Amino acid sequence: MKNLILIFAAIVTLNCTATAQNHITKNGKVSFFSKTDIENIDAVNNQAMSVLNTQNGDIVFSILINGFLFKKALMQEHFNENYMESTKFPKGSFKGSITDISKVNFNKDGTYNVSVKGDLNLHGETKNITVPAVIQVKAKKISANATFNVSVDDFKISIPKVVENNISKTIEIKVDCNYEAR
Amino acid sequence: MKSIKILFLFLFTITFSNSFAQEPEDLMKLLEKEMEATKQKTFYTTATFKTTRLINGHSVENVAKGVLDVKISHRFGNINDGGYELFGLDKATMRMGFDYGVTRYLMVGLGRSTHQKTYDAFFKLKILRQSKGLKNMPITLSYVPTIALRTLKYEDQTLKNYYTSRLFYTHQLIIGRKFSEGTSLQLMPTFVHQNLVKGANDPNDMFAIGIGGRQKLTKRVSVNIEYYYQLTDYKQPGTTNSLSVGFDIETGGHVFQLHFTNSQGMNERTFISDTKGKWEKGDILFGFNISRVFTIGKNH
Repeated sequence: MKNLILIFAAIVTLNCTATAQNHITKNGKVSFFSKTDIENIDAVNNQAMSVLNTQNGDIVFSILINGFLFKKALMQEHFNENYMESTKFPKGSFKGSITDISKVNFNKDGTYNVSVKGDLNLHGETKNITVPAVIQVKAKKISANATFNVSVDDFKISIPKVVENNISKTIEIKVDCNYEAR
Repeated sequence: MKSIKILFLFLFTITFSNSFAQEPEDLMKLLEKEMEATKQKTFYTTATFKTTRLINGHSVENVAKGVLDVKISHRFGNINDGGYELFGLDKATMRMGFDYGVTRYLMVGLGRSTHQKTYDAFFKLKILRQSKGLKNMPITLSYVPTIALRTLKYEDQTLKNYYTSRLFYTHQLIIGRKFSEGTSLQLMPTFVHQNLVKGANDPNDMFAIGIGGRQKLTKRVSVNIEYYYQLTDYKQPGTTNSLSVGFDIETGGHVFQLHFTNSQGMNERTFISDTKGKWEKGDILFGFNISRVFTIGKNH
């Protein structure tokens, strides 16, 4: 009978930890930069959504393209209208996993360098990418950030000749998320 | 004991189903669900037209907050003037204009036309914005009042002339809708008042209804049409309705508008109530507007 109670307790605990596996954010920060000799373009979106499963390392992101804010209003309009076609492709997403999740001890404060692999979907095109990321655990709070480059050609984003020198072919993307247990 | 066994089994099933719920497929679904829950947002329609002018007149677009739009526009002479005038190109008139976005809802503008040496000033207020989502609004509605000051020398210097006779007022409502990525249409009911008219029986007030639209040909080029119909009872004698056809070509920070029109003037009063050219007679003239935007203030 005593054993039974122990198993019982064990299962209940297991259930509890199971529910705390998913960590979520609704205001992740995603920014991008295009650097050329003529001009620098940058924009930020503070409403990226992401879920991280700390047990198996699965991680997903979803972001509304028209949520990117630019310093110049006309750039924002052209970004949505001509380049990303945000009425046709309103969302960007990433679905993948942290391949070396076992490195991370979510119960101990620390900074862990990990690798994330998965499918990035932008402008209706999907590409498998692997990027380095940093996971930080501090007082049970998890934050994650990554910086990586994407090529506009990979996502069939066409840049007309007249502005060819104004927009970089390689765009740097920065992701910064602070997760909360769910 | 049996009941404990059942409880045990029950708990086991929960644990099991829980671990199933962690399948990778479900994280995206979970995210979608979260997104649905926060969908209480309004998405405003943007880029109904490429710029704040359709051709001669206003479109429903405003310049963004903190943005200065410098517009240099030319209208040449009639094409049917023939080769001697190089099909009108020798007779250029121009308007320079400065439009500024005070807020997201309000823009103000100043202009000076060589045609009749006219100054104009206006503001454009967005009353409704087309949107989807939390707030559903099928149209954009703007109000544009314009005042024009004609500074030509008085025709008859011997008369007692009043300064007020130089002034013209226009009130315009613009009801616009972006039907799809490429197609936008708008209606422009307009009222024009002029303090001084030529004949004793000529009306001081006139009403017109404008209709216009654009169809994109490519992402950066569209064809535009604009027509103002003067209600017959209020028409100034000898004037015709303004009809213009043109193209918008966008290149980064510039918009080039190239068009053919029968109107010489570039402020509301002149092209709506003082157009003299007739398309069927070939009184068509070529013109262009160039818009260049400068970000001065803060956007957000």
